[in-house]
Amino acid sequence: MNSRTAKKAIGGNSRLLDLHRTMLLIRATETALSKLFADGEIPGFIHLSLGQEAVAAGVCSALGPADTLATTHRGHGHVIARGIDLGGFFKELMGREGGQCKGRSGSMHVADMGLGILGANGIVGASVPLALGSALAHQTRATGGIAVAFFGDGAMAEGALHEALNMAALWSLPMIFVCENNGWSEFSPTARQFRGKLANIAGAFGIRHIHVDGNDAEATADAAREAADHARATGPVVLECMTTRFHGHFEGDPQKYRDSEEMAAMAAGDPVARSRARLIELGMAAADLDAIVSETEARVAAAVEASRADALPDFDATLADVYTPMGAH
Amino acid sequence: MADTRYIRAINKALADAMDADASVVLMGEDIADAGGSFKATRGLLDRFGPARVRDTPISEGAIVGAAVGAALGGLKPVVEIMFMDFVTLAMDALVNQAAKSRFMFGGQASVPMVVRLPHGGGLNAGPQHSQCLEAWFAHIPGLKVLCPATVEDAYSLLRAAIDDPDPVVFVENKALYAMAGDLPEEPARASIGKARIARQGSDVTLVTYGATLFNCLKAADALASDGISAEVVDLRSLQPWDKETVLGSVARTHRAVVAHEAVRSFGVGAEIAAVIGEEGFDDLDAPVGRVGAPFMPVPFARSLESRFIPDAAAIQAAVVASLA
Ligand SMILES: Cc1ncc(C[n+]2csc(CCOP(=O)(O)OP(=O)(O)O)c2C)c(N)n1
Ligand SMILES: [Mg+2]
Repeated sequence: MNSRTAKKAIGGNSRLLDLHRTMLLIRATETALSKLFADGEIPGFIHLSLGQEAVAAGVCSALGPADTLATTHRGHGHVIARGIDLGGFFKELMGREGGQCKGRSGSMHVADMGLGILGANGIVGASVPLALGSALAHQTRATGGIAVAFFGDGAMAEGALHEALNMAALWSLPMIFVCENNGWSEFSPTARQFRGKLANIAGAFGIRHIHVDGNDAEATADAAREAADHARATGPVVLECMTTRFHGHFEGDPQKYRDSEEMAAMAAGDPVARSRARLIELGMAAADLDAIVSETEARVAAAVEASRADALPDFDATLADVYTPMGAH
Repeated sequence: MADTRYIRAINKALADAMDADASVVLMGEDIADAGGSFKATRGLLDRFGPARVRDTPISEGAIVGAAVGAALGGLKPVVEIMFMDFVTLAMDALVNQAAKSRFMFGGQASVPMVVRLPHGGGLNAGPQHSQCLEAWFAHIPGLKVLCPATVEDAYSLLRAAIDDPDPVVFVENKALYAMAGDLPEEPARASIGKARIARQGSDVTLVTYGATLFNCLKAADALASDGISAEVVDLRSLQPWDKETVLGSVARTHRAVVAHEAVRSFGVGAEIAAVIGEEGFDDLDAPVGRVGAPFMPVPFARSLESRFIPDAAAIQAAVVASLA
């Protein structure tokens, strides 16, 4: 069954199938990255969002072409859900010429201005003021767009978040503050990092706070739609998505600080397994869902092969490209 | 002599300083339970307890600002900023507060604090996790800046930094953390501001610090086989820096090349070259050479970063140019 007949089979729930496909693409991409990293094919360090796919898929499903986003060190899912070219993405992470950022950024700074992606970020909290400014540009230029700031629970401790909440409220900026609360910042649980409650902090600025199970793709998509409508019509809104980080802080982190109970509970909350079960409940055949997995994995494998074959970036051309060439704009 | 690693020497210096002085406290992200991202503080929580080894939230501005206040309040805080790049979020605390408090309060109080900053590339960590920003701090009156290259200096200089009454920016090259070296049972006390002649030579003086020391030594070996004798001066301390040792060496060799991993333009090498030019002009047979990273952010790709970081060949070439 091809995807059109698959959609027909689940009636009005093609949205869930779309979300599921996006999540599968993130899952397949990051599963491949985990292996490539272990094999030494990805330099530097990478932070995977396995387990957090529903947040990326759900939030990006609410965005239109004019909208913009800024994300974090754990941003692969967001840029994939926004539609980044898979080839350019893998080439970037593998340090190739054809990378989306010409091999200069790697995992932590991957960006696609054409898609309104203002970059992943190596600095915790930095995405928030960037999105704030992007929202200011939307407002000033009347683009009709909104800006999304993805940030982790750990970033709640950075002053930048609090400063940006105030300014967004002051200026009624069209912006969603999306907190991906996975309960951990690096090797420390949120409870030992942050004494406030995001709902209360948002409330202190008169900003609406929406709380959602970020491992439920449909619920997250609904909440994101509501948040986006609010941002467009009224002003800033906080969307807090509760989710789960499956892997270590970075690949290679043995996670000795997490107890076995927490690790065991992960599978039960797996957002991809949950959407799959729901689709089957709605009448989709498991075999059709498996076929989508295979197609997705094949797409990822092809992108990896193309990256391997791509040239290495040229040093002199890179050095010559620190500033905008005269007359380029 | 005990064989140990650079990171273990840092760890031991912290532990010994805490043993010696109850006012020494540690603060930083994931330094207590997790023992630090690079394991510099491993085991210290168990030994000294949570009041002296404190995990902080991700709040660099407040961490370093609090260190200034704590130092004024009678503690000797040692802060770890996970990557030097993140110190940008704490610049007010360091530059406007720590550096100036003693001076602007008319000498009423000192600010005995240390901020440990891992710098340097080689890990393909990209533009925001690889920078060498030490020249910024050397430019600020009131701050001291150290950058040890050897295992023994990592220990001795960190002890000296913690004992120092003024704020010290302590820069550690990440690529050196795993390096093995000797640490004597009773390491000598180091004094801040003293360079070390790491290799004697007569034809040219290589002035360097941090991980680039090892590229200079490699370059000196290669030059030796071409009959060129290079003296290598390891600065160890950038602010203050040991003008006497450097000028003394140049007076013997008549040539100098300054080399560091940081971007060449407006770097530490510019100050040193300028002072050699001003005060050692009559001794010079050639312009002072400078080797440093090219003027661009640290690029991610292996193929780019490996060319970005100045290597022994670049240092050799600069020496050959100064002899031409
Ligand atoms: C300013 C700054 N401080 C510290 C770090 C190191 N660091 C990287 S990720 C991270 C934890 C972030 O936790 P959270 O915001 O919850 O995001 P998560 O990793 O859980 O997605 C830390 C401390 C950094 N990159 N930038
Ligand atoms: Mg987190």
